[in-house]
Amino acid sequence: MTREFWKGNDAFAEAAIRAGLQAYFGYPITPQTEALEYMSHRMPELGRPFLQAESELGAINMVYGAACTGARVMTSTSSPGTSLMMEGLSYIAGTEVPMVLVDVVRGGPGLGNIAPSQCDYNQMVHGGGHGDYHPIVLAPASVQETVDIVYGMFDIVEKYRAIGVVMIDGSIGQMMEPAEMPPMLDIRKEIPGWAVRGGTGEDRRTLTSLYLAPEEMEKVDLRIMKRWQQIEKNEVRYKEYFMDDAKIAIVGFGSAGRVALSAVRTARSQGIPVGLIRPISLSPFPKNFLSDISEQLDSMLVVEMNSGMMLDDVMSAVKDKTQVEFYGRMGGLIPFPGEILDEINRLAKGVKPLDIHPRDVWLDRMDSIVQ
Amino acid sequence: MPVKGTIRVDENLCKACDLCVESCPQHVIALDNDKITSRGFHPAYLAEDGCTGCGICAIVCPEAAITVYREKKEKI
Amino acid sequence: MATLDIENMQVVYERPKSLIDVSSHYCPGCTHGTAHRLVAEVLDEMGLSEKTIGVASVGCSVFTYNYFDVDFVQAPHGRAPAMATGVKRVLPDRVVFTYQGDGDMISIGTGEIVAAAGRGENITVIFINNANYGMTGGQMAPTSLPGMITTSSPHGRDVEKMGYPIKASEMLATQEGASYIVRRSLHNAKNIRLAKKAIRMAFETQVRGLGFSMVELLSTCPTNWHQTPIDATKWLEEKMIAYYPIGDYKVHPILNEIKI
Repeated sequence: MTREFWKGNDAFAEAAIRAGLQAYFGYPITPQTEALEYMSHRMPELGRPFLQAESELGAINMVYGAACTGARVMTSTSSPGTSLMMEGLSYIAGTEVPMVLVDVVRGGPGLGNIAPSQCDYNQMVHGGGHGDYHPIVLAPASVQETVDIVYGMFDIVEKYRAIGVVMIDGSIGQMMEPAEMPPMLDIRKEIPGWAVRGGTGEDRRTLTSLYLAPEEMEKVDLRIMKRWQQIEKNEVRYKEYFMDDAKIAIVGFGSAGRVALSAVRTARSQGIPVGLIRPISLSPFPKNFLSDISEQLDSMLVVEMNSGMMLDDVMSAVKDKTQVEFYGRMGGLIPFPGEILDEINRLAKGVKPLDIHPRDVWLDRMDSIVQ
Repeated sequence: MPVKGTIRVDENLCKACDLCVESCPQHVIALDNDKITSRGFHPAYLAEDGCTGCGICAIVCPEAAITVYREKKEKI
Repeated sequence: MATLDIENMQVVYERPKSLIDVSSHYCPGCTHGTAHRLVAEVLDEMGLSEKTIGVASVGCSVFTYNYFDVDFVQAPHGRAPAMATGVKRVLPDRVVFTYQGDGDMISIGTGEIVAAAGRGENITVIFINNANYGMTGGQMAPTSLPGMITTSSPHGRDVEKMGYPIKASEMLATQEGASYIVRRSLHNAKNIRLAKKAIRMAFETQVRGLGFSMVELLSTCPTNWHQTPIDATKWLEEKMIAYYPIGDYKVHPILNEIKI
């Protein structure tokens, strides 16, 4: 297949279609509206259902209905819309039907702005809606990686009857990069055994998330959590760069990780033994890898476009094995490589143990960075 | 001669709501105070002669508990 | 009393096949049961059960899926029309219906139902209007009448502070996409017969691909109205119909040609 110039939002829409997406329901919200628009002409072109819903509430519930029929279905939205979808996501999780969500994250909280951010991390990785379950959350850092992850996500969610979230910041949705599209798959013919298609008597099926008897609900919760254990075992993903002899590690996902890579390369050219760890699966979190690798490190700098959300997961994984510090920009700002390079240089000079949480150290430092 | 009819009330389903008693145009349905179903209700039953098999009791029954029968008329 | 031999009699009325033979959780005299029975009769008569998918909502009828011998999905509160849309768009040859109460459909669900009607979504909505939130114990609903005492309007619905009841059929009928919107009542045999005809027409609307159909069914709630089932039917007749007139609010011209 040829490499073409693709806008992120268009690219993930096409990738999903090539994975055999059977229905798309969405709602306009910046910075992912291009995906809705792309779907609005591409899906009917292929004779597949497309509908702009009345709201994100409508969209996620349309996805819920379609998912119950066993169809490959997805929606996409941005942070405020994701908040609206939480109810639906929880119901989908409780009903144990698979679906894919692309969350193109913008500045917040509240209406925020339309600039790129990573501030949905807690909402998705530690939430996704009420109840005992975890969505799978994968964070690509380029248009190509987004294409590959979205394409493969449908098989994953069907294997585990889970919710798969592809979380990209607004810049990945908006930017244009060369990417190669995967091959077009046919719409699946096999219908899962649990799907609702129309049947009576012994063939009758009901899909619900309601389990009034606590003992029954617990059985469902256990089933969901056992599958989660499998997901933790099988679906952890991350990339490491220059880590073999690194004494300092930058940990960043998505665009933050990508920008950090530039800083890491520059620092390496200056002889600083620094590497980058770029988690791709945020849920399940690569905690074992981080724990193991931290043993060789003097310090670790978590870089995010939020107030330090993955920071807490890193600290929990790493514990006291190395010094963890934090650098972040919020509100839709992307850090420049220079900012991260400054941090690398600071850490390279040596670290003093912190007596306050790294987030508080960073917040103090932000007083001089932000005028 | 009015058509003869009869009803059977499923006592697993009847909740003694009284709607059939009140709706019967012949006033031949009553709740059986001598009986209590496993659900704790006095079930409806045909207490008197005179059922014409009109079906109104079954129409108003919220539990679909009533089967209505009507004698077949001989064709002349 | 003379016993009659049912072996030689014809069955005039019996429980429909699509209604599963279980006792329901509805209160004695609750017309949810009547509505369920009518829908089941129509599905039987039209031979639709094998291809029907129901969408249960949240309210007293949350367990609808236990009572019909058809596939069912369970929607969040108010979202049934959206869920039904998802099912119908993927499986357009199936018959998809929602079963919703007044709190579900016209309070939290206003967005979804208006959008579905506006889109002319080819689904059928069975709307049970009993003027209160039944399952949660009788709170005021958008359909509660002015002056009506409920657990969240203990001094009676004061229209100054709590607004006026919403007339769903009238409102939805203004939508181009709505093809069959009628209001019927379940308070006595005559009206129940008319309600069944309306439910039949609503499913005919869907089967013929004519667009959005809804039957609003004025219903009783003896428990939360604090009345006997019989008194509740009288209250419905005397008080609710004045506010919610029985009638046809939107009928697609093609439906007028149908003889059933």
